[in-house]
Amino acid sequence: MANIVLNSLVKKYGNTTAVHGIDLQVKDGEFVVLVGPSGCGKSTTLRMIAGLEDISGGTISIDGRVVNEAEPKDRNIAMVFQNYAIYPHMTVAQNIGFGLYTSKLPESEKKKRIEETAKILGLESLLGRRPSQLSGGQRQRVAIGRAMVRNPAAFLFDEPLSNLDAQLRTQMRLEIKRLHQRLGTTIVFVTHDQVEAMTMADRIVVMRDGRILQVGTPMELYDNPADIFTARFIGSPTMNLLPARLVDKAGHHAAELNGLGASVAVSAGGISGAQGAEVLLGVRPHDLVVSSQGNGIQGLSLSGTVSVVEPLGSETLVHLDVGGASVIASAPGKVIPKAGERVAVNASAGSLYLFDSKSERALCRM
Amino acid sequence: MTMNVAALENPVARRSIRPGRIIIWTLLFLGGVVMMTPILFMLSTSLKDASQVYDLRLIPEAPSLDNYVAVLSDGRFLRWFLNSLFVAVCVTVSNVFFDSLVGYTLAKFNFRGRYIVFIAILSTLMIPTEMLVIPWYLMASNFGWVDTYWGIMFPGMMTAFGTFLMKQFFETVPDEFLEAGRVDGLNEFTIWWRVAMPLVTPAISALAIFTFLGNWTAFFWPLIVTNSRDLYTLPVGLSSFAVEQAIQWEMIMTGASIATIPTLIVFLLLQRYIVRGVMLAGLKG
Ligand SMILES: Nc1ncnc2c1ncn2[C@@H]1O[C@H](COP(=O)(O)OP(=O)(O)OP(=O)(O)O)[C@@H](O)[C@H]1O
Ligand SMILES: [Mg+2]
Repeated sequence: MANIVLNSLVKKYGNTTAVHGIDLQVKDGEFVVLVGPSGCGKSTTLRMIAGLEDISGGTISIDGRVVNEAEPKDRNIAMVFQNYAIYPHMTVAQNIGFGLYTSKLPESEKKKRIEETAKILGLESLLGRRPSQLSGGQRQRVAIGRAMVRNPAAFLFDEPLSNLDAQLRTQMRLEIKRLHQRLGTTIVFVTHDQVEAMTMADRIVVMRDGRILQVGTPMELYDNPADIFTARFIGSPTMNLLPARLVDKAGHHAAELNGLGASVAVSAGGISGAQGAEVLLGVRPHDLVVSSQGNGIQGLSLSGTVSVVEPLGSETLVHLDVGGASVIASAPGKVIPKAGERVAVNASAGSLYLFDSKSERALCRM
Repeated sequence: MTMNVAALENPVARRSIRPGRIIIWTLLFLGGVVMMTPILFMLSTSLKDASQVYDLRLIPEAPSLDNYVAVLSDGRFLRWFLNSLFVAVCVTVSNVFFDSLVGYTLAKFNFRGRYIVFIAILSTLMIPTEMLVIPWYLMASNFGWVDTYWGIMFPGMMTAFGTFLMKQFFETVPDEFLEAGRVDGLNEFTIWWRVAMPLVTPAISALAIFTFLGNWTAFFWPLIVTNSRDLYTLPVGLSSFAVEQAIQWEMIMTGASIATIPTLIVFLLLQRYIVRGVMLAGLKG
């Protein structure tokens, strides 16, 4: 059990800065996911927490103790690597037991722990096998077992699922989440897959270029993304962003979509009357629904030509060409428009987002 | 085997492969003959008696094991044999340990001057043994190591070649294995010994075979550094058969035949470890 606190943490490799002074507090027992595109410094951050990488600035504390100078072994954390890193010359039992190599427990206790761990992970029947005789998912389970058996204060995972195929990944995702619920140990989990982040995290940390853009629960990030990057990163398919301009319409603010002739009333007072400011109007495909008639309520109404249809069963994704811009909308599962057909799509006012095009920050949720 | 299966499945390939294979087999056969002939003559001579030595027939007229009985019952031979064994084993163990330790450090740790150390070690490879013998001898005589086991062994306890070989192999060991060990609380020495070393067993086997054979057959340096016959290694001892009275070829050949036995044993024991790719199994499938 441990909380982990990062304080203006910096990592420099020579002249390049990989991590630009990030602050983060991971609560005891929390499942925190670091997510972001490749090269944004997720692994570097995790490796600094583990003690595998020197810290160039700032502090890391585990349970209130600054561990900047502490060796990995003195931090009581366990790490699971992307490539598993289980030892090919040892059996499954020896690999799991290797986590206890330095422990002073009596042999019988060690054996008991190895067996318990194997049981939790469904590896009992494989204890005598070598890694070469295991499937990818089983190998990853062995790696998790080696981390678990020590009963560490926190687990660090660095993209542990990225080498597994899609189906196995979904399954392991669930297993790790279940494991967390069962053990209640603090977990910091790195991934670049937003679905993993959404489904597993208590809180998500969105990173980009060595900085933290936003921290929040999955729903907070989904509902109130702080900027365009997070808005596009979280949620699938990605949010539509339509270029628009703020105008004054009869004393009310409105966002006029460039070249589409449509406009949306902006009720919120959140935006200071920057007339003519360039903005981006965001709407999630799920909220932009194909309908036969224009909706009465306030909101966004567009019409366009269907270019591609992706029926998913529960809903249908409809790719539209709206005045030259491509937009993804959705339709109920049973409704499958034909390509080339002209359809109208509507989104209610409450599901629209407004972003500043220059700063890329969110302006308001309408 | 694989070749045959492929050939059966694809009759066209079978026809076109044939002439190439005949040439390859012929070349291999000739190479084998060239390499085996001296060994066969050695064995054959060891079964002849002194009067037949210059009779170049491969199959001796009256093969007998008398020479073996004579050599083995000669106490000196056994002594030399054990000397060689002792020296070769000690040097091999030392090389496997120290060459790997240094190679691992050079491969896996970043420290100031690492490159210079590596170049310095490599550059010693350029100096031929003949040039080193005099400094070695001066060193040995200054320290009083002449005519001791240590005197025979010390120049080879660590080699630049072994260090280089091990460094190259350790570089192929993914860092994640070592980092996993670090997070699991192992100290650096244990990580090297328990994690890194088992991952390079093919290299260790190769190094052990080279070192053992090199020292088992070493002649020049042991000849120079030993004076008393009790300290001779087998090659030096056998050569003394040649200078003593008339050259006793049949005895030398018998001794040499016996001397190949440890070589064969070492090779048979270690060769199965020289299987590449053991390491890959622990990483992503
Ligand atoms: N040893 C190193 N030397 C120099 N630069 C490095 C080193 N390791 C990482 N970097 C740089 O630091 C930045 C962050 O790397 P990091 O590995 O943390 O990215 P990441 O978010 O984990 O990406 P990915 O999703 O691809 O694993 C990258 O720009 C990378 O080039
Ligand atoms: Mg990474």
